[in-house]
Amino acid sequence: MIRIENLHKTYRAADGREVAALADIELEIGAGEVFGIIGRSGAGKSTLIRTLNLLERPSAGRVLIDGEDITQLDSEGLYALRRRVGMIFQHFNLLNAKTVADNIDWPLKATGHSNAAERAARVKELLALVGLSEHGHKYPAQLSGGQKQRVGIARALANRPQILLCDEATSALDPETTQSILRLLLDINRQLGLTIVLITHEMQVIRTICDRVAVIDGGRIVESGKVADVFLHPQHPVTRSMVAQSDALAAASFDPAHAYMSDKLRGTLVRLTYIGDVTYQPILSRIMAGAKVQITILQGEVSSIKDVPFGQLLLELEGGEEDIREVFAELDRHQIHHEVLQ
Amino acid sequence: MDLSVIDWSDIWLATWETLVMTGVSLFFTILLGLPLGILLFVTAKRQLLEQGFVYTVLSFVVNVLRSVPFLILLIVMIPVTVILIGTSLGVEGAIPPLVVGTAPFFARLVENVLREVDRGVIEACQAMGIRTSRIIFGALLPEALPGLIAAVTVTAITLMSYAAMSGVIGGGGLGDLAIRFGYQRFQTEVMVITVALLVVLVQIIQYSGDRLVLYFTRK
Repeated sequence: MIRIENLHKTYRAADGREVAALADIELEIGAGEVFGIIGRSGAGKSTLIRTLNLLERPSAGRVLIDGEDITQLDSEGLYALRRRVGMIFQHFNLLNAKTVADNIDWPLKATGHSNAAERAARVKELLALVGLSEHGHKYPAQLSGGQKQRVGIARALANRPQILLCDEATSALDPETTQSILRLLLDINRQLGLTIVLITHEMQVIRTICDRVAVIDGGRIVESGKVADVFLHPQHPVTRSMVAQSDALAAASFDPAHAYMSDKLRGTLVRLTYIGDVTYQPILSRIMAGAKVQITILQGEVSSIKDVPFGQLLLELEGGEEDIREVFAELDRHQIHHEVLQ
Repeated sequence: MDLSVIDWSDIWLATWETLVMTGVSLFFTILLGLPLGILLFVTAKRQLLEQGFVYTVLSFVVNVLRSVPFLILLIVMIPVTVILIGTSLGVEGAIPPLVVGTAPFFARLVENVLREVDRGVIEACQAMGIRTSRIIFGALLPEALPGLIAAVTVTAITLMSYAAMSGVIGGGGLGDLAIRFGYQRFQTEVMVITVALLVVLVQIIQYSGDRLVLYFTRK
């Protein structure tokens, strides 16, 4: 659906130097996928998502949407493309002078849909979709942040796009509202088969709705893959520190060198990671029942990433070397990933 | 002060003339200044239709016109006014210099008002695949409406005081009356009444403008 090949973006800074905002970006995003791009502020994620509808023109490289290189489009082609790619924004960017209904109507009206009755029906449908049927007559200033973003979503969907770009769409919202907006995005993704590309600095957002994630730092993608793989086995230091900063997933970034209990440890420190159905099976207790090994759970989480259950535990194992090796073999047999930390 | 010396019919006629001069030149000022202001805004750096050369030229012309003191412009414009409407005197004769004097001022105000419109909103429209001309007239101007009304208010008041000044070169209205009677014939009463009337007119314009701004503000 979307392919980014060898994308570069350089700016000329005020002092005349060339600054690379994006370098060597390669990405492939599948149809119907929810793809997240996470990074700290200034990492280049905003520039990256804006190249997907050419609000930002890349300095080099290709952006293919449905096999077509959009950087080669003429202005007519670009107008047509942008109608197929919706976008929502951190600060909503609604037209303050228009009512909610007129905001949603605007992209239809302004892109040549002249049948007012058809447009009105579509607006009504969209208002219902985002749960704002009662608010069509209001002005944006009368709405809460979450409601404004719902208008933004309805407006972005008006022209029935195949792709929705979300530029920090929940960053200005409180956690509860964020969750409700994310649920709405996920519903839309499933109901309409819409491909969603989002950028965020919040891990929670990626965890809740993304299928795959790319971590961007210093204008480069440093790590990418399925969300569970990237977050449960973070490789790059930036990913690790992001994982470490979230309260959840503490075990994923656990560093024995900095842990308070490291000097009290007697046994072997092991991190277990399991993904999928195995999460809710009593495998651990079965393995331990037969083993001559003592276990202490030091840290851990059992939860889900999007709808994939996972568990991650930090254990101290005490016992003979042979017994411990036997436990490891059992874990492998049940596809529980283990990693000896110390 | 002896108000009995005042010929009220003269006063009302002059008031009417002032209103006509202000109203007609306001109309032409908006007609010229609004497109000029929009052009200044959209051709500026990093705007919708960035055109460095066009912007530089327009901006220079606007600055030149704005640097000529209005009293001088009144005199310089006399031959042009004669060509345009046949006379440089009276109510009609005052209108061309009034328009030339205030249109650039209004254009700058428009440019500034448009710059206040949230960039993100314009960007959102671009992201929807809407044509630039449509964005300007369907989103940019409606978003800027309260600011534009405020700019028109300020311009109307400037025009009114300029219109009074045009009395110096034989324009009509309250300014003309104040100069001929109040100044040249030492009728202080006329001077006081003219000034009082101008104060009242300015108050009315400002008040109405403020009310309109409030009415159209959705923030």
